[in-house]
This record gives sequence, structure tokens and C-alpha cells, in this order.
Amino acid sequence: MRRPWLSLPVATAALMITAAPALACGGLIGPNGAVNLLRTTTFAGYHDGVEHYVTSFEFVGGGGAFGSITPLPGIPTDVIRGGDWTLQRLILETDPAPEAAFFDAAALSGGESREAEVLLETTIDALDITILRGGGDEVGLWAKNHGFRLPPDAPEVLDFYADRSPIFMAAAFDADAAAERGQAIGDGTPVHLTIPTDNPWVPLRILGLGKAGGEAVEADVYLLTDDRPAMLPDAGAFGQGAGLILDHSERATDGLLADLRSDVGMEWVPDKAWLTKVVVDTTAAELTYDLAIDVSGAGEPSAVDAGFAPFGPDPAPGAPAALYLLIVAALIVAVPLLVERRGRSSAHQPPLSGA
Amino acid sequence: MIGSRPALVVVALLLAVAAAATGCGPGSQTITITIHYTAFDPAEIEVPRGVPITFVLVNEDPIDHEWLIGDAAFHDAHRTGTHASHGDVPAEVTVPALERAQTTITFDVAGELAYACHLPGHEAYGMVGLLTVRD
Repeated sequence: MRRPWLSLPVATAALMITAAPALACGGLIGPNGAVNLLRTTTFAGYHDGVEHYVTSFEFVGGGGAFGSITPLPGIPTDVIRGGDWTLQRLILETDPAPEAAFFDAAALSGGESREAEVLLETTIDALDITILRGGGDEVGLWAKNHGFRLPPDAPEVLDFYADRSPIFMAAAFDADAAAERGQAIGDGTPVHLTIPTDNPWVPLRILGLGKAGGEAVEADVYLLTDDRPAMLPDAGAFGQGAGLILDHSERATDGLLADLRSDVGMEWVPDKAWLTKVVVDTTAAELTYDLAIDVSGAGEPSAVDAGFAPFGPDPAPGAPAALYLLIVAALIVAVPLLVERRGRSSAHQPPLSGA
Repeated sequence: MIGSRPALVVVALLLAVAAAATGCGPGSQTITITIHYTAFDPAEIEVPRGVPITFVLVNEDPIDHEWLIGDAAFHDAHRTGTHASHGDVPAEVTVPALERAQTTITFDVAGELAYACHLPGHEAYGMVGLLTVRD
């Protein structure tokens, strides 16, 4: 039985790239013209040092092939077809539709070769999933050589991620194959990645890839963590969360956790957890960051994970501040001395001739 | 002033060697244009009229680009063109991802020309430049 809310326009790829043959003279649009990106919904659950990242690729009609590249915080140990209702159940929890007042999980069934290194390949429904490791150039070259046509901002965006985590998921979706498989328009293919990592981390900037600066970027991000997470940017905080709205932040209900746990691959869901929903509602030009999350309890999400700080070894604690203090102190001491000396010397200088 | 003359000679020699190494002789000129993050660097160039100019196009991006130079009508035509790639015409060059290409053009008329990449979205993203041919 198909629930009405299952046809919600949810869950599409993190970004869109055409798999059309590259045509050099301008203005040509690939065969993805009929494939529309809808609102994106992703889920990042974190428990026992493992991030469970679930996103979905929705078939919205049109022919040909298209794909996406999603940056990941680490190397997945497993990539499987996601459960059938996890994303929809989360939506129901935070945005209950009137016609779906209750949830009954039991009723659902469910050149110079510098290419990136391929870590894992798998096929899920009509999706060919490849996990890659490499820098921005390597991943971009791999994508190009595998039929992806990357948009013009791809080189910069890929570097933005590769500098911090050189792991990417490439998903190629064959719409013709999907149609042959009998996938109807609106059907989604959820993908569940299991990623051991110190802290969960959700890529956001990639959602604006290929969009004009003023184009809207809308997405729903669900987090399920043991405790209330600290986030950067801090959604909802004054002056920080521009474009991010903290839509839900409460201890997860037992009913939700039980429903999630009953879905395929979701046995890991703990007995107690905190549910957070962050709504991304901004423009591509404004979305220059990712969502860093600290679940350690220290309340210090990483500026590097958020894309606010350049990747690299942290400077010695306090070094820049100490340097600035030294400069300021030197100025405080030096300026009065110089003024005093200048005053003295000008007092002893002979007047200029004619003055 | 003692000793300044030999120094000037050395500097002049070094300049001559540098000019020869870069092909910047009176009869030709070489200009390197780097493509990085879907942008040309430099985005403004000035060249003399009637001198063969060799453009070395270095694509540092993992995506293909093109370098097409011409007047407004030329670019209008290419915005709606259907060529899969360029290479036979000196003013129309395709530069594959992470590769370099080279072309030599002599500009016989003074004035301004634009260079751009007409792959979908690239010009709008800012991949344009201006070349001035001076007398």
C-alpha cells in the first residue's frame, strides 16, 4: 500500500551533473533537460563512531543519464540500498501531513592519467555507485572520463572538499534503465552509506554546484545523534546561520526510533537519541559552507569541517593571537616614542631657508 | 658611477636572453594564458598589430575548456554553435582537462577582441577576457 506522503517530492541527488557527451560550442544542454532536481533530503545518523548517511535519488522522468558527486567525511565500509521509509518517516516526524496522521511501518514493503582511485563499486537499482579517493583534479578527471559533464564551478568546489576529505561518491543514474525496470516517476532509490568517522559532517556547499549565484538551494538535513549536537554554522543563531533554519531540535520519540530501527539497515539506531532538522533555504552564492557537527560534548564543531578554515595542521595554540598582541604592543610603545623623538628633533632642527 | 656600466651590460644581456627564451623577439611574441577555476589569467592582454602571437593555453582544471577569440559577431555565432571540439582554426582552440594547447595568430587590425569559453555555462561564469591590438 502506497502512503500519500511517499510521493512527496523528496530526496534527490546532492548535485547534478550531466552525463551527456561534451559539446564545445555554447548553449547546448544535455539530455538531462527533463530531469528536475527537487528538494533534497538527507539523513546523517551518528552512533558509536559511525556515520550513517542516507540520501535518495529520485526518478522524475526524462531520458538519458545523469549523475551526482557527493563528498564524504570518510571511506565507507558499506554502501547498500537504503531502507524504504527512513527519510519519509523523518519527514513525517517533523512535518506531519494531515492525511498521514499515523505511521504503520509494517504496512510497507520494502591524458596523463591522474584519475581518482576507485575504492568501491556497486549497483543499486538503476544507480551505479563508485566511491573515489583523490584530489579535486583526480576526481574531476575521473568524472569527465566516465561521461559526467561537470559544471563550470566544479573545479573550485571539488578542491574545496578534496582539501579536507578526498573521498567522494559518484552516482550515475540511467533514467532509461530505470524506466525499463518499471520505476515510476517519483520513485526514489535510497542509498545508505556506513562511514566510520570522528564526527559526522554534512556537505552543503555542493548543493549549489552548477547553479547560478542567485538560484535557490533548498534542502532538509536530518541528524540523529546520541545527544544534542553542536553545529557550525549554528543554525538559528544570530549572525551565524544565514540560510540555515533550525527547524526541529528535540529528543527523538520512542515511536520514531522504533520505526527507524525497523527499516532495512537501521538496526544500529539506539534506544535514546536526539533528532535535529536543519532546513537549508538560501542561494547558491550564499551557500559557501558545510555543516560541521560536534557530538563529543565539547561544543566545538570544526571550522575546517564547516569550510570556514583552510585545511592543514592547526597552528600552534595562540600563535596568531600572540603575534597580533606583540604587534599591537610594539605599536603602543613605538608610536609615542617616535612622536616624542620627532617632536624633539623638529624642535632642534634649523628652520628651512625662507621659512 | 664607477662600475655601473658593466652592471648595465649584464642586465641588458640577461633581458636579451630572457626575451629569446620566451620567444619575445621583435618578430614574435609568446603569451601564456592559464585557466584555473574556470577563469582566464590574464583576463586582459595587449598585443602589437602585425606580429605573430603564440598563445600557450594551460588548463589547470579537470574539465575541458575552450579559447575562442573574435569580435562580437564571432562570439554570437559560437554561443549557439554545435562544434564538438575546435582545433583547425587558430582562433578556436579546445583545451582538454589538465592539458595545454598552443596557437599562433597575427592580428592585422587594431582594436579590441574578446576571448571566451563557450562551453555551457562557462561564459556566464566569467570565463571571458579582452585582447587589445594596438598599432
